[in-house]
Amino acid sequence: MEFTSIDELQSAMREKHYIAERGLATSLYLALKLSRPLFLEGEAGVGKTEVAKVLAALLDTDLIRLQCYEGLDVHHAVYEWNYTRQMMHIRLLEARGEKANEAELFGPEFLLRRPLLQAIEPSRQKPAVLLIDELDRSDDEFEAFLLEVLSDFQITIPEIGTIKTSNPPVVIITSNRTREVHDALKRRCLYYWIDYPSFDKELEIVRTQLPDAPAKLARQITGFIQALREMDLYKLPGVAETLDWTMALVALDQKALDPVIVDETLGAVLKYQDDVDKIKGEQTRVILERVNVEVG
Amino acid sequence: MSGQFLHNLLLFGRVLRRLGLDVNPGRMMDLVSGLDHIEIGNKSDFFYAARTLLVHEREDLPLFDEAFELFWRKPAEANWIAQWQGLTRRRKRPGPIVTHPPLKEAAPQTNDSDSASAEPMTVIEITRTYSDREILRHKNFAEMNPEESEAVKQMISHLLWKVSERRTRRHRPGKGNLIDLRRTLRRSLRSEGEVFSWAYREQKSKPRPLVVIADISGSMERYTRLLLHFIYGMKAALSQPVEAFVFSTRLTRITRPLQIRDLDLALKNVGDLVSDWAGGTRIGESLKTFNFEWGRRVLGRGAVVLVISDGWDRGDVELLTREMARLKRNCHRLIWLNPLLGAADYEPLTRGIQAALPNIDNFLPVHNLASLEDLADRLADINSHPNGGTYARYPA
Repeated sequence: MEFTSIDELQSAMREKHYIAERGLATSLYLALKLSRPLFLEGEAGVGKTEVAKVLAALLDTDLIRLQCYEGLDVHHAVYEWNYTRQMMHIRLLEARGEKANEAELFGPEFLLRRPLLQAIEPSRQKPAVLLIDELDRSDDEFEAFLLEVLSDFQITIPEIGTIKTSNPPVVIITSNRTREVHDALKRRCLYYWIDYPSFDKELEIVRTQLPDAPAKLARQITGFIQALREMDLYKLPGVAETLDWTMALVALDQKALDPVIVDETLGAVLKYQDDVDKIKGEQTRVILERVNVEVG
Repeated sequence: MSGQFLHNLLLFGRVLRRLGLDVNPGRMMDLVSGLDHIEIGNKSDFFYAARTLLVHEREDLPLFDEAFELFWRKPAEANWIAQWQGLTRRRKRPGPIVTHPPLKEAAPQTNDSDSASAEPMTVIEITRTYSDREILRHKNFAEMNPEESEAVKQMISHLLWKVSERRTRRHRPGKGNLIDLRRTLRRSLRSEGEVFSWAYREQKSKPRPLVVIADISGSMERYTRLLLHFIYGMKAALSQPVEAFVFSTRLTRITRPLQIRDLDLALKNVGDLVSDWAGGTRIGESLKTFNFEWGRRVLGRGAVVLVISDGWDRGDVELLTREMARLKRNCHRLIWLNPLLGAADYEPLTRGIQAALPNIDNFLPVHNLASLEDLADRLADINSHPNGGTYARYPA
């Protein structure tokens, strides 16, 4: 699907249940038009990864995900040889009294394609969406390598040669900022910081994602979470927590929030004991009273 | 796109660069081609397009927003200039970052009136005798005269720093205990697929990142200048990330200004950036700011944390205890450096130190050159446990 305006992209995303701010839609639209990677930053649980998933669905193409971690190397990001099959092949040839031929052993048949290689596969009809998730978890070495791949979308495998694509993937990179990603890489990308959503937007997200939740409950939950984000907490709840909490309360058949049920299920929202201690009891009541006044 | 608009656009780019944003010609060209795809008449789309292409740090977003608002609004409003100056004052970095020549002799004395107004140059004899050096090594920083302090600064800049390594999760061919199948198979091909010798991989090591959080409150004033020299020297000598923060009533990150190669300029920039020199002390509050805003970003990868403070704290003791505990949980080693610890009769009785002690791995003096040398030795050997025995934590 080809988009001709930001509006079109924004409403298409909405149809896929992703409520995007105008700014995010603009960044995404330009990333598509300029064929540049989009670098998404934001606190945990604000829907960074989701952007890539929705985009792949909209473009009706494959989503290729590369989850980053420390020590991620070429063998896990790009390609690896299938050693077991190579060994078997040698043995089989041996049994037939033949000798293994090196060119054959290191041919495409024995190649394991990892995400980056899959993304630039020349046989691809449509550009894929390549999600490089949580880049901050990888290390400098991988970042440097990625910079190289992103600049010309070609990968060289010594035994086979250079693999290049005429259909470069749409690249979405996410980071939680547990480490500063190098400027050189960020400069190659369009940048967007996903903030926590406003009350109205978050309520809309809850409604679209969980249509079964009672209207009053959804409003109360959203109001409560919004209030928590103004508190002095070590880890603020993200949209993911809002949705988890709503699901939990729907499963418990709650029609509305009350102080007891909030305290009992606070673990779905706050992930540090310090934070739970701070809110539980007194604060829960205060916030809930305020929320009830505000959201009616 | 009209010529006038293009002209304004380029001017806007220059303005952003002046404000300290990392805007280069390539980015401007991207923006020009990006604008082909959107309605420039729609101000909000133009705003978001410019923002996504010209900014790549969250910290720069508010500055960009304000600059955009000021630059692209209807002209001829009376207080435009005043507002603009207000914005320039808030610009991101104090002064240019890279323009200074690294070599001192390249700057000839041309302006006589300038040097006359400056302090008379003191020529410092660096080649001291052995005993002079020994005396200086053990002299308390706070008791030094200006000449001695200059000499010690020179000596500080020659200290050798090294922080011990941690094993990373990256591998390389070597003598480890993990089999390297790729090389094993390659090797076996020489013997028709028969494996005679296994190839191995080993884990790669990297030096641990270092985080320094220094107290610059009134009670630390006599030490502050030399300690900044020491922090600068460490940062310059170490190849791994070194993050530096200072605080008295509030926390300021000084990592960026310290990156400049010219030490004097770096310290001047730090001076401009910090607004609470020699103020009161709020250790607990400052550590909390560090934990909440920076901890997650700079403490990964088994960092070693140095807190430099005399522990004179008027703030909330409970808060300090809690934040010290949090800091301890999030780093590999927490070292507290206290200049007062150099005095023979010092006992850690202040409330601040009392609150902090249970969560400190090493409590060390930092009052003279000898204590810095001792610190250097300890940092180089940090993987052994503070109480003896080896201390392996993996993954760090």
